[in-house]
Amino acid sequence: MQNAIEASSLTKYYDDFLAVDHISFNVEKGEIFGFLGPNGAGKTTTIRMLVGLTVPSEGTAIVNGYDIREKIVEVKQHVGVVPETSNLYDELTVWQNLLFMSRLYHVPKQEREKRIGSLLKTFELWNRKQFKFGRLSKGLKRRVTVAAAFVHNPAIIFLDEPTIGLDVMSARSLRGLLNEFKEKGITVFLTTHYIEEADELCDRIAVLVKGKIVNIATPDSMKSVVGTPVVEASFNSPIKPTMIKGLEAVGELGVDGCKVRIFTKDVSSAIEALTALSKEHGLKIDYVNTVRPNLEEAFVKLTGVASEVMKVEKDGGGKQP
Amino acid sequence: MIREELESMWYIVLKDLRAYYFKPPNISWGVLFPLVLALAFTLRNPLGLTELAPGLIAMAALFGTTSMEAIVITFEKRVGALERLMLAPISLRTILMGKILSGAIFGLVIAGAMTLISIGFMGTQITSPALFVISLSLTVLALSALGALVAVSVKEVFEAQTLSNYFRFPMIFLCGVFFPVEAMPVPLQALAHILPLTYSVDSLRQTSTGLVSLQLLLDITALVLFLLAFLILATRLLQKSLE
Repeated sequence: MQNAIEASSLTKYYDDFLAVDHISFNVEKGEIFGFLGPNGAGKTTTIRMLVGLTVPSEGTAIVNGYDIREKIVEVKQHVGVVPETSNLYDELTVWQNLLFMSRLYHVPKQEREKRIGSLLKTFELWNRKQFKFGRLSKGLKRRVTVAAAFVHNPAIIFLDEPTIGLDVMSARSLRGLLNEFKEKGITVFLTTHYIEEADELCDRIAVLVKGKIVNIATPDSMKSVVGTPVVEASFNSPIKPTMIKGLEAVGELGVDGCKVRIFTKDVSSAIEALTALSKEHGLKIDYVNTVRPNLEEAFVKLTGVASEVMKVEKDGGGKQP
Repeated sequence: MIREELESMWYIVLKDLRAYYFKPPNISWGVLFPLVLALAFTLRNPLGLTELAPGLIAMAALFGTTSMEAIVITFEKRVGALERLMLAPISLRTILMGKILSGAIFGLVIAGAMTLISIGFMGTQITSPALFVISLSLTVLALSALGALVAVSVKEVFEAQTLSNYFRFPMIFLCGVFFPVEAMPVPLQALAHILPLTYSVDSLRQTSTGLVSLQLLLDITALVLFLLAFLILATRLLQKSLE
């Protein structure tokens, strides 16, 4: 089995409202897959269908080899879920909450304490194991909620806005942990509003608008949808137009005093051309800088001008099955 | 598989008892409620309380099960904690059975306190202890299942309390708690026979007065059927909330 998740024509109606509109996608085993979209795009509804909290109106998905329509209990045994709100039990201690979760997920009795202890250490919660969940700060509650999702060693982890409301350090620490889990081969499916987070973490991103996937791609190829990278070099003396004639083949050029900008997708050739220029004219390069379009620009373009994106996708920009 | 489901059910019971039911305010309410109930009726009618005792025990069971349980389930729905259970690899029926059993245990504590007060201060004698325990256990289970059904059908705590009162207060007056069902007009008797508390009061009366008859078998069967019907309906409602 290559794919951790295979969704085909997954659809959800709430009465007459179409929340998720026949979406199909695959998530490969061991990848971090992001769901990005504006509020109300259908991100959370998609997760809820995949983990058995709501039944699809049409379509289905195979999660870790089990059909969500036929084997939802088996699906639940193999996935961990971190909901948007930290919804463990205020009156129980951190330890009691994790113990309760390990029991619900049928973790063998002899392994429970060892596994909980290990998770508490991994998530730096050991010193707070006897604190009641309700007394913890928002960041710590989030950490315990994430730890609870790992108590049964899931193959796939779903995170719905995992870092929302967290301070910078807690969010960074959580992102670090997600990368560690990826290294251990766990598939991560996350929704996020934070574009930088998706850019930093995700192997691939699906952009969802009004219940439809408008693009699935790696962050880099998604960025390339909105513009061309710029390779900018600054030399130790002004550049004359005659010097750069040979560079026109690499990309569109811009010259501003000592600086040369090449607009090109072929960054490697641009750098080689700039190096050749410096050698040919005896110039020294002060710096070379690559300016890439950011994911936020891509997101705005994708979510605001969906029809154009669909055209790009048909031309080969996306990977939607 | 069945063993895992039963274990999960029991862990939900333990969690609910620890997190919600066995908190000092609830325990003190559990003791005060039957005490005040007994005291009020003792002062009102110091001579004829033995007859009232089964009705008061059933009433304590009714309020003991439905009050807290409605709060627990609607609170968990509101804060997303019920969804936490629904994410686990267990059936919705198991979740509800856990909820019903924890509510029933709390109801049993309150009704048990009322029973002890009745024995100690009202001269009640439990003539068939084993059958009394069976009757009381089925009573709290059936009424707890009713509480679960009400709680899963609403969104807010106050809605659960209001809806519960639509069942509770008519049952107190129609089901023989204060007034024998046989002495009521026929249409009201018919109504009484579709309410679970009628069978609770009758079974508790038979097992605490020494007048056990075949009717007890009917009462017990009715309570089991009410328990199953409420459980099935509550499970369907919870399942429907996923659609």
